[in-house]
Amino acid sequence: MQYMLIFRETDTEFGMRDDPEKAPAYWGSWMAYVGALNQAGIVVSGAGLQPPHTGTMVRIRDGRRQVQDGPHPDTKEQLGGYFVIDVPDLDAALDWAARSPASAYGSTEVRPVLPPPPQPGG
Amino acid sequence: MAGEAGADAARRAADLAARASYGRLLSLLARDWRDLAAAEDALAEAFRLALDHWPSDGVPARPEAWLLTAARRQLIDGRRRQSIRAAAEPTLALLAEQDAREDGAAFPDERLKLLFVCAHPAIDAASRAPLMLQVVLGLDAARIAQAFLTSPAALGQRLVRAKAKIRDAGIAFVIPERAELPGRLDAVLQAIYAAYGSGWDDIAGADPRRHGLAEEAIWLARLVIQLLPEEPEARGLLALMLHGEARRGARRAADGAFVPLAEQDTTRWSTPLIQEAEAELARAARHATLGPFQLEAAIQSVHAARAVTGRTDATALARLYEGLARLAPTTGVLVSRAAALAEASGAETGLAALAALPAGDVLSYQPFWALKAHLLRRSGQDEAAREAYGRAIGLSSDPAVRNFLMQASQRATD
Repeated sequence: MQYMLIFRETDTEFGMRDDPEKAPAYWGSWMAYVGALNQAGIVVSGAGLQPPHTGTMVRIRDGRRQVQDGPHPDTKEQLGGYFVIDVPDLDAALDWAARSPASAYGSTEVRPVLPPPPQPGG
Repeated sequence: MAGEAGADAARRAADLAARASYGRLLSLLARDWRDLAAAEDALAEAFRLALDHWPSDGVPARPEAWLLTAARRQLIDGRRRQSIRAAAEPTLALLAEQDAREDGAAFPDERLKLLFVCAHPAIDAASRAPLMLQVVLGLDAARIAQAFLTSPAALGQRLVRAKAKIRDAGIAFVIPERAELPGRLDAVLQAIYAAYGSGWDDIAGADPRRHGLAEEAIWLARLVIQLLPEEPEARGLLALMLHGEARRGARRAADGAFVPLAEQDTTRWSTPLIQEAEAELARAARHATLGPFQLEAAIQSVHAARAVTGRTDATALARLYEGLARLAPTTGVLVSRAAALAEASGAETGLAALAALPAGDVLSYQPFWALKAHLLRRSGQDEAAREAYGRAIGLSSDPAVRNFLMQASQRATD
C-alpha cells in the first residue's frame, strides 16, 4: 500500500537549515533518513520544500483572483517535505514515520494514497 | 462537605477495586459467558453503577462481590433483551448457583486461564500482548496503541477481531494439558515480553523503538509466577525485565544524551532490582531446564556483575550468546551474538558474524547498522564506518540515539 509521509516543521527547524552551527546536524539526520528510505527500496516519490515564506497562495473567489504571500502564518507547524512510500501496511508506515527527524520536534502525518478511481465501463 | 468526601471515598474505593481486581472479575465473567467483549461492557457498567451508588449507599463490605453481581445482572439483562431463549435459562440457573456458592468464599482466580486464552495460537501473534494488557489489566486501547506505535483505531479493530475470534471459535477457558503447557506458556511469556518493549541497551546503541509498558509487563510476569510457581522460564523472563529496569536511570545522561551499556555509571543501577533479578534466576536454575529467557537473563546478569567486579566477562557473554543463538536464532539475538563475539575475539570476528546474516533480514534493522558501524570504526575502516553510521542514524527513531550515533560518526571522520 502507498502512504504519504507528510513532514511538518516549526520555524526553529526551518531556521536550522542555514544556521552554520546547526545545519550539519539538521541535514545529517535528514540525509541519513532519506538514505535509509532509499536503501529499503520503498520510495515512490518525495521532495523537501523551501521554507513557508517562499510560498504563494492562489484562490479564485467570486471569479476574482486572490494572490497572497506564503501559507497562513498562524499555524506553528508548516509543511517541510513529503515522501510517498510503498509498504505492506500502516504499522510499517508508522515505523518509518517515527524514524523521520521531523517526528522528534514537529510531526509526521501518515496518509494513505487514494487508489486510482475505477474507470467508467472498465 | 460530607457528600463530597463520601463521593471521593467511593471513587477511591472503586479505583482501588478496579486496579486490584479488574482482571480477576473479568476472567470470571468471561469464563462463564465465553464472550470477552460482552463481559468487558458489563464490568464497565458495574463500575459505573458503583460510582452512582456507593457515595450515597456506602461502600459495600465486599466491593468485588458487589461488582461481580452487578456485572452478571448486566449480562443476564443483555441476553434477555437479545432474545428470550430457553437455552439461556440453564446458564441463568448456573449463575444463581455460583453467586450463592461464591458469596462469602474467596473468588477462584481464573486469570491464568484468561492469559492462556489471550495467547492462544488461534489469535494473531501481534494482538496477544495488547489483548492481555486490555483484559487482564484493564488498560485502554489508546494507551496500548502508544506503546506499540500503532494507530488507536487500528489497534481497537484488532482487539475487537481477537475477541470475536475467541467467542466464535469457542476457545476454551482452560489451563493447557501438561504436555501442551510449555509451548502455550511460551506464547504467554512472549506476549508479556512484547509488552515490556524492545528498549534494549546494546553495545553500539540499539533503538528503543517501543518504550513499552515495563511496569505492567513486570506485573503480569509476577502474576504468572504466582499462578505457576514451578515454571523456570517465567522466572527467567521476570529476571530479564528486572535487570533492564535496574538500568533505566543510567541509560540517559543528565542532559538526556544516550549512554550505551558499556559506558553506564554502575552506581546509577538499582541494586535492589538486580538482587531481585538474581534471586529469580537462581530459583529458575533449580529446575535445571534451560530456556531462552533464562539465557537472556543470565546474559544481563553478566553485564550486571560489572557493578561489583568492575569488568565485563566477554568470554562468558560470547558463550551464553552461542547457547541462545542455538535455542532462538532471531535477528536480534544474532546481532547481539556478533557484538559479544567482537568483544571476546576482536572486531573482525564480529564483522564476519554480521556478514553471515541474510541481507534482507537486516536491511532496515537499526541495531545491525549501529553495531556494524561501531565495529568498522574499531577496525580502522572509517569510510565504510561512516556509511554504516548513516544507515543506523536514518533508521533511529529516538533522537538521543540519533545524536549519539551522529557524534560517533563524526569521530570516525576526524
